[in-house]
Amino acid sequence: MGDTPVVRVSGIRKTYGATVAVDDVSFTVEAGEIFGLIGPNGAGKTTTMECVEGLRRPDRGRIEVLGLDPVRDAGALQPRIGVQLQEAQLQKRIKVWEAVDLWAALYDTSVDGDRLLDQLGLTDRRDAWFMTLSGGQKQRLFIALALINQPELVFLDELTTGLDPQARRAIWDLVRGIRDRGQTVFLTTHLMEEAERLCDRVAIIEHGRIVDHDTPAGLVARHCPQRSVVVTTAHEGAAARFAGLASVDTVDRDGDRHTIRGRGDDLVTEVIHCLSEHRMRVTAFRTEEPTLEDVFLTLTGHSIRD
Amino acid sequence: MSMNPRLPLRGLGKLTWLEIKIFVREPMGLIGSVVIPVLMFLVLGRTFGPRLAEAASPTAIQMRTGLPVFVAVFIAISAVLSLVAVIAIYREGGILKRLRATPISPVTILVTHVLVKLVLTAVTVVLMFLAGRRYYPAGADVPLFSFTLALLFSTWSILSIGFIVASLVRTARFAPPLGSLFLYSMLPFCGLFFPVDALPPAMQAVSRVIPLTYAVSLLSGIWQGDPWSAHLGDVAVLLVVFAVCTLVAARVFRWE
Repeated sequence: MGDTPVVRVSGIRKTYGATVAVDDVSFTVEAGEIFGLIGPNGAGKTTTMECVEGLRRPDRGRIEVLGLDPVRDAGALQPRIGVQLQEAQLQKRIKVWEAVDLWAALYDTSVDGDRLLDQLGLTDRRDAWFMTLSGGQKQRLFIALALINQPELVFLDELTTGLDPQARRAIWDLVRGIRDRGQTVFLTTHLMEEAERLCDRVAIIEHGRIVDHDTPAGLVARHCPQRSVVVTTAHEGAAARFAGLASVDTVDRDGDRHTIRGRGDDLVTEVIHCLSEHRMRVTAFRTEEPTLEDVFLTLTGHSIRD
Repeated sequence: MSMNPRLPLRGLGKLTWLEIKIFVREPMGLIGSVVIPVLMFLVLGRTFGPRLAEAASPTAIQMRTGLPVFVAVFIAISAVLSLVAVIAIYREGGILKRLRATPISPVTILVTHVLVKLVLTAVTVVLMFLAGRRYYPAGADVPLFSFTLALLFSTWSILSIGFIVASLVRTARFAPPLGSLFLYSMLPFCGLFFPVDALPPAMQAVSRVIPLTYAVSLLSGIWQGDPWSAHLGDVAVLLVVFAVCTLVAARVFRWE
């Protein structure tokens, strides 16, 4: 990661009438990472991102993007960033190649449009009207438009919302590809799985405030250190043996199924040793790792889908 | 990597050509803006043309000028309504917002749409002339170039009113009906059907404050062969309308 952050947001606040959309939000995005602003719908993700893009002016606070003020220095900043907006549309009857061609004409420097369409798997839809594209194809076109000027920083707002799992995975690969080419990615999502699989670092936002930020693994380790092993065995006294292990906090028993909760990296090893030492016959075995979803639940007291 | 020259209205040519292509791909828009005015001119010309050609009565003279001017005003109004609809749809669909996040200047986007409407207006009026020539033998010596120019100038001025309507209308669904109501309500007062002098005093007062009156006066005059110098007043009013409406529109225009 670079020395100076690509994005530095310090204490921004944005209100719409009496509604406070974003309040005292601060975070940084480092060079070369995929940074995710995650939270439920209406938490303030898009407002924050649009302030960073220079599309909105915060009421208070400071934003620096690539060393520039996104509103005041918009002219200097726009050529260096690429933007994909949530639920954006193009003209219904614009052809894919026409959109790419137009966008290329708007910048001093641009990458080869046809190669870009090829990389995004849109070559066979080159002459198709925008209105005839599938949801995934539209999003891929928007990614192409966001990348046409070879930006240093790419904004992706709710990129995979409304896509089926297969299209979603394809998009994730594309986003990783952007980072691997050295570009920085700033994205928002309300999908915890997406954040966990894609982001190097995330900030969780809720009711317009940042609740915490770190790597996904770091957040899980700090807020949900407890993991569990679920073992199904008919062995006599198994529960007591599990409860005696050093890393184990609790053991819940439901018939033959034992849910062993504990913390630390040794939990699984200890359970496996215990099983083998006492020659227990095991019919099912699985481990459960906490996810960002659990972190969100712990931090906010409710599930992100509520 | 390819380089593009730095221009103040970068993308204007490309975007204008693109918007014309996109417009032509939409059958309803094309029919409404180009086909219907031309057809209207043909049908009216066919109905009244033969009678008008020889007749020298005041009504016939009024009709000879009135019909082309009527269709011209219709073309101008179609252009404005189409602009209002396009801006409303582009705003609602987030297209304006998406373009705003690029280095394209907002002015470029608006100028593009004005240019597209002016090009369509010119194409329609030329088609109208070509199609209607045989019904208007009297119109053979009509100043086609000046008349087209007068129509483009009038349309350009009225388009600025369209921008205000486009700014005030909240959703794309209400844009066309509200625009129509606004523009068509000017028609009875603008001297198109009845000469302004023949209207009751109260209506004449209204006539004097609506911009369409001056457009109609300019168009009729040019059609009848008046020199532009005879209509400097109309030109001045239309220029003022454009300046004032553009200033107002710039203040109230919303991108999303």
